Amino acid sequence: MAGKTNDGTDRMPLLEARGITKQFGTVIANDTVDLVVEEGEIHALLGENGAGKSTLVKILYGILEPNAGEVLWRGQPVTLRAPADAQALGIGMVFQHFSLFEALTVAENITLAMPKGTTTRDVARQVRSISEEYGLPLDPDRHVYRLSVGERQRIEIVRCLMQNPRLIIMDEPTAVLTPQEADKLFETLTRLAGEGCAILYISHRLEEVKRICSTSTVLRRGKVVASCDPREETAASLASMMVGADVEDVKPPGEHEFGAVRLKVDGLSTVPEDPLGTALRDISFEVRGGEILGIAGVAGNGQEELFQALSGIVPADRPDTVTIDGEAVGRKGINVRRRLGAAFAPEERIGEAAVGRFKLSDNVLLSGHATESVVSSGFINARTARNHAAEIIQRFDVRVGGPDPEAGSLSGGNLQKFVVGREMRRSPGVFVLSQPTWGVDAGAAAIIRQALIDLAAKGNAVVVISQDLDEIFQIADSIAAISHGRLSPVHPASEMNMEKVGLLMGGIHASDSEEASDAA
Amino acid sequence: MRLELERRAVHSQAMTVLSPVIAIGLTLVAGVILFVLAGINPVDGIYTYFISPLASAYSAQEVLVKAAPLILIALGLSLCFQANVWNIGAEGQYTIGAIFGGWVALTFGDFDSVLTLLAVLVAGILGGMLWAAIPALLKTVFRANEILTSLMLTYVALLLLDYLVRGPLRDPAGFNFPESALFSSSATLPGLTSDGRLHLGVLFAFVLAIVMAFALPTTLKGFEIRTVGQAPKAARFAGFGAKNMILFVFMVSGAFAGLAGVSEVAGTIGQLLPVISPGYVNTPIFDGVDDDETRERYQEAVATQGLDPAAVAANVVHALAQPAGVNLVEIAMLSTDQH
Repeated sequence: MAGKTNDGTDRMPLLEARGITKQFGTVIANDTVDLVVEEGEIHALLGENGAGKSTLVKILYGILEPNAGEVLWRGQPVTLRAPADAQALGIGMVFQHFSLFEALTVAENITLAMPKGTTTRDVARQVRSISEEYGLPLDPDRHVYRLSVGERQRIEIVRCLMQNPRLIIMDEPTAVLTPQEADKLFETLTRLAGEGCAILYISHRLEEVKRICSTSTVLRRGKVVASCDPREETAASLASMMVGADVEDVKPPGEHEFGAVRLKVDGLSTVPEDPLGTALRDISFEVRGGEILGIAGVAGNGQEELFQALSGIVPADRPDTVTIDGEAVGRKGINVRRRLGAAFAPEERIGEAAVGRFKLSDNVLLSGHATESVVSSGFINARTARNHAAEIIQRFDVRVGGPDPEAGSLSGGNLQKFVVGREMRRSPGVFVLSQPTWGVDAGAAAIIRQALIDLAAKGNAVVVISQDLDEIFQIADSIAAISHGRLSPVHPASEMNMEKVGLLMGGIHASDSEEASDAA
Repeated sequence: MRLELERRAVHSQAMTVLSPVIAIGLTLVAGVILFVLAGINPVDGIYTYFISPLASAYSAQEVLVKAAPLILIALGLSLCFQANVWNIGAEGQYTIGAIFGGWVALTFGDFDSVLTLLAVLVAGILGGMLWAAIPALLKTVFRANEILTSLMLTYVALLLLDYLVRGPLRDPAGFNFPESALFSSSATLPGLTSDGRLHLGVLFAFVLAIVMAFALPTTLKGFEIRTVGQAPKAARFAGFGAKNMILFVFMVSGAFAGLAGVSEVAGTIGQLLPVISPGYVNTPIFDGVDDDETRERYQEAVATQGLDPAAVAANVVHALAQPAGVNLVEIAMLSTDQH
C-alpha cells in the first residue's frame, strides 16, 4: 500500500496532522494546524496557556474529534474515534493529572487499564521487567498513596510503555518533579528516542526544551506560528515566539534593607485532617518587612498543610506557633489574620481562591467581607464590590469578556491576576501565596511577580510557596525547601543554586548530613 | 459525528428562565400521553388539573390553603439545598411543629389573649427547629449522613403524633377517638375572610417568600450560604464555618416547617389528628374466595381482628357531627385487636 507512493515507506513521517481545526463555541482552539513528527525525535510543542496545545494532543489521542483536517499515521489517513484507536496504532499518552486510585497498588492500577482477563500477577511481572530495563524504579506491590508524585508519574510512563508505543505524548511531565527527578526522566526519554520511539513533549520550561528536544512547533492562539530547532534558539527568542511580543523582564528588587519581623512561625506541627495528607513537623521561620521568602518543594510534601496553617484555614494547636506583627494568632481563624493586615492566595484558583459560578464582584466579597467596606451591617454593598472588581481588572490588566463576568470564564492567568490583585488592593503587611503562577502564561506571571517584588519593597513580608524554581530564584530574597512536612533552614538566595535547592527539596539538609552518615 | 458536551462560555440567562417553563411543558406532554392511554379526553384532563381549581373563588382559596404549608417548607428547604445540605425530613419537622403548637394550644387555650396564639406559633417553630437540630448535630459532630437521619426521624415524628393523639393528648370527651380536643378560638389562627378557610398562616407563606427573595441576594448570610453550597473550600478560605452553616440552614428550615405544621393544625384543622392508613373491617369480602383453606384463614382474621361495620358507620356520623367550620380531613379506625 505504502509502496505506491513515490517517497517509499521509510521516508514517511510517523505522524502527520494536516489542517486540524477545532472550534469550541465561538473560540477556535486549533486553526488549520499542521504538525509532523518523525520517528525517534523528541518534538516540543510550545505555547502559552490557551494556545491550543492540549486540544491538539487530545485530537491526536482520540479524545476530541476535529471539525476539519486529517491525521496520517505512516502516511495513511486514520480516524481516531477513541483513545483505544490511538493505542492500537501505537500512540500512548502521559497526562499531567494522573488518573490513579490511591488505595490500589501500582500493579492493580495498571491492570485496570489492560484488556479484560489480564491478571495482576502478569502485570506485576511486566512492570518489574520494564522498570529494570528503563531504570524506572517502581515496586508493583506498593500502594499508590505511599508514592511520591514522581513515582506516580513513573506508573503512567510504565503503563504507557507496556503497550509498546511508537509515539508517546507527554503533557508537562516535569511540572511535578525535582530537578534530580527531571534529570532521570530526561535520560529515559533520550533512551526511548534512541530506540526509535517518538516523543511529543509539551512544556513551557524552555531550558529543558532546549536541552532534550530536537524539533519544536510553536502554537499561538490556535495557530502554528513557528517551527524551529530549539537548540539553535535562546530561551528569550522561544518565549517571544510563544507570546508574540517580548516578555517584559521582572525588575529585580536590588539591594534593600529588611525591617522588623512581620511573620514568625515557631515550632509548628500539625496532624493532617486527611489521612493521606502530610503532617507538618516542627516548622520554624521568620520573614521580615521587605523580604520575599521562597519555599520550594515537590507537590505533596506539606505545602497545602503549611498554607492552611499560615492562613488559619486550619488553626494550629498553640497560639504562639504563628505570630503576625507581634500578635500570636496560631489559634485564630483566617478573618482575624486578615484584619491584622495579612492576605492569602491559595493554590487552587477555581473552587478555593474563587468560585467559578460567581461573578468577579461576588468573588471580591470572598476575602473582602472581613476587611473592606463591601459589607455593612450584614448587607452587601454590591456597587462597592463592582467598583473594587473594576479597579482590580484595570490595575492588573485582567482580560475579561464583560464588565463583571463569572470567574470561571476567565483564563487561568487572568483569574490569577484577579486573585492576586484582590489581595494586593489592601497592601497586605504579610502576604502568603501558594503556587502563584502555576499554569499561568509568561505575560501574566511577569505581572504577578513584579507586583510581589514591589509589595515587598514597600516594607511588607511575602511568602511564596512554589514548585517553580525559576520563579523562586527570580523573586525570592531567601529560600527554604519543604520535604515530608519538614522545612529546611532558610538560606539567602544569593548563596543558593539549582543543585543545592534540589538537594533541599529531596530532604537532604546540611544539619541532616551527620545523621545520614551515622546511619551509613 | 460524535456527541461532545461543551461548557457554555457564559451562563445562559435565557435558559435560567426557560428551564422551568420547559419542565412544565414536558409535564403537560407526559400528562396528555397518560390521559390518552387511560381513555380520557386530554383537554378535559388538563382542564380538571390546571384550570378548574382556579375557576371558582372557593376552590382557588382551597388551592392557597393547600399550597401555603408546602411553600413554607419549600422556602426552608431552598436554603438547605443552596448550602448543599440535604434535609429531606421536613415532614417530621412539620409534624413536631404541629405537636408542640398543638400541646400549647390544648394546655393554655383557656387564656383568652393574643399571647396564646403567639405562644402556639412560637412553640410550633421551636418544635420544628428542635427536630431539625438532631440531624444537624449528628452531621456536624458524628458526620452522619443527613439524608438518612432526617428521613428516618420523619417516621419517629409521625409515630410520636400517633401515640400522643391516642394517649396523653386524646380528647377526654372524644369517645376514645384518636384525636385531640378542638383548639379554643384564642389558640386558632384567625381567618382572612369571614366565611372561608383562608387563615393567617397562608399570609406567612407569602410574606416569608418575599422576604427571602429580597434577603438572599443582598445579605452576607445569603452569600455565605451560596458559597458553602457552591465551593466548600472557597467557603473555608472566606472564613465561613461550614458546621455553623449546616446548623443554621437546618434550624431555619426546621423553623419554617414547624411554622407550616402549627399553622396547619391551628388554622386549617383546628385539632391534632393522626394520619395513618385505615385498618381491617369485618365484611363478607372474602366469602367469594374459591380456595377453602385461604377463605377460612381470611374469614377468621377479619372476624377476630376486623372492626364491626356498625363502628365504621358510627364514625361517619361522628364526622358529620363536627361543628360548623370544621373539616375532618382523615380518620383512622383500627380494631383494638389488630396489630
